[in-house]
Amino acid sequence: MKIGVCVKQVPARDAPLVISPNGDWIRESDIGFETNEPDGFALEEALRLKEKHGGEVFAISMGPERVKQTIKEALAKGADRGIHIADAEFYKLDPLASARSLAAAIEKENFDLILTGLQSDDQGFGQTGVLLAELLGRPHATIIMSIEVEGAQMKLKRELEAGWFQHVELPLPAVLTIQSGINKPRYATLKGIMAAKKKEIATIERASLGVSNAPTQHVEKIYVPQKTKKTEFLTGSAKEAAAKLIEKLRHEARVIG
Amino acid sequence: MKILVITEQREGKWNGTSFETLAAAQQIAQQTQSTVIGLVIGKGVAGLADELAAYQLGEVLLVEHDLLEKYTPDGFSIALKQAIESAKPDLLLLPHTYQVRDFAPKLAASLNKGMIGDCTGYRYEGGKLIFVRQMFQGRTAADVVFIGDAPWIASFQAGAFRADLAAKHASGKAPVKPVAIDLKAEQIRTKPLELFREAKQAVDLTQAPVLVSVGRGIKGPENLPMAEKLAKLLGGEVAGSRPVCDEGWLPMDRQVGSSGQTVAPKLYLALGISGAIQHVVGMKGARTIAAINKDQNAPIFEIADYGIVGDLFEIVPAIIELLEQGK
Repeated sequence: MKIGVCVKQVPARDAPLVISPNGDWIRESDIGFETNEPDGFALEEALRLKEKHGGEVFAISMGPERVKQTIKEALAKGADRGIHIADAEFYKLDPLASARSLAAAIEKENFDLILTGLQSDDQGFGQTGVLLAELLGRPHATIIMSIEVEGAQMKLKRELEAGWFQHVELPLPAVLTIQSGINKPRYATLKGIMAAKKKEIATIERASLGVSNAPTQHVEKIYVPQKTKKTEFLTGSAKEAAAKLIEKLRHEARVIG
Repeated sequence: MKILVITEQREGKWNGTSFETLAAAQQIAQQTQSTVIGLVIGKGVAGLADELAAYQLGEVLLVEHDLLEKYTPDGFSIALKQAIESAKPDLLLLPHTYQVRDFAPKLAASLNKGMIGDCTGYRYEGGKLIFVRQMFQGRTAADVVFIGDAPWIASFQAGAFRADLAAKHASGKAPVKPVAIDLKAEQIRTKPLELFREAKQAVDLTQAPVLVSVGRGIKGPENLPMAEKLAKLLGGEVAGSRPVCDEGWLPMDRQVGSSGQTVAPKLYLALGISGAIQHVVGMKGARTIAAINKDQNAPIFEIADYGIVGDLFEIVPAIIELLEQGK
């Protein structure tokens, strides 16, 4: 199987976020970045499918030069090749323009299966996989909890809401978005890290794809949300704060005995 | 403007968030002098269309076909595209359910349009509709506007609007209009099989008056006894966020959030939970929310009544000690 996995690089989970001066993004200069956690589950699933059925795994990432690090990490974990779609201002693309670029860049690879994470931890549009399927004319299924491949057919377990699941069958080639928690992503081994240095990362300039980046939507500004409730912060030493909390819960909110 | 609300049902039962979106649509319509029309899609759902017609709507579109009995992204997208092309709405609103996540971006792309998904609200300012959604796991909000021609497509997060505010029809019922759909079996590539639940839920978190809920900040399963002890002292149960259950530190049936249970206890005590939207939708109805987190900017503090910024491994033992002393 030839599997493509879309991996995004996002600000590190603990990175302090400062809104950029023009208000439409964050200041990227002083923060760390990491692989979008949900995409890690998609990569792991791709590697397991390769181990079971043979084939190749491609790690595909779009963004500025720094996202090569995310591709390298995927290669170190066992992906075979990387595709970097270079765009210094990737964050400005809306979901449809991103997916059009991805589709144009990978169409000729003719992947049997394309996997994405459920959503990104930064913009969180959660649309890339579904859009990619539509643009490539492939069937898709989302929020996948297990994949069984039998020939050109897959049996999948999808998660629905409130504890419900559904089995669906889907023909290959296809696009799947992977539910977080489906597996335990592996760590890169030293051997893997060494091997990754020899693996190829192909760079494609997004601008060279000839794809329209005309937006269908525009983020006017991002901001720290207004609180819907006023939080009363309890301060002091751990013991003092604990005592204040018990007092408040017991005598003000009256929710504990 | 003409606003179309695409409702969701499964096996003849409403997804209640449909009416939240209906309430949002009616509110937008009032401010923008628009008409709202409803849409029911499936097979054998004329009864539901009739129920929907009791609401304040211009009309209800009934999209029925044998191949729409079970949900498939192909079937629903093809059918809805035809319904949209014939009804020509300016704005399509959907509840942001798992099913909508599965087909709405595809539907939008097939119309060559974009979708603003998972909105928590909107503002109507100077003749412009601005949709508000979260980014960075709720750490920031974003104002997003549509660019280009209608139709525009947006979905609203569960709980963003109140379903009980959806207005009923003032004089009788809205007309129900069947929409003819041209759909063939070979256009549907997915074969939907059975729906099922895994092991019966052992714990009904919805019945617990107090929930002590743990997030990533609990660091590992070895620290759960501390949370369990506190829950016991407070007469409640232990719950957790999705990452904690995914890690196997807590069983899946103790998960609160969009993929777990939705709870509204008297007290929700969040320990080391950042407050990502997927979690918050499952617990924001709690009467009192208290949060302990080391990050003072954690989104959980946006909805907490009481907050302590600090190390939960110092604060929780202090609470336990005080409670044990009967203080």
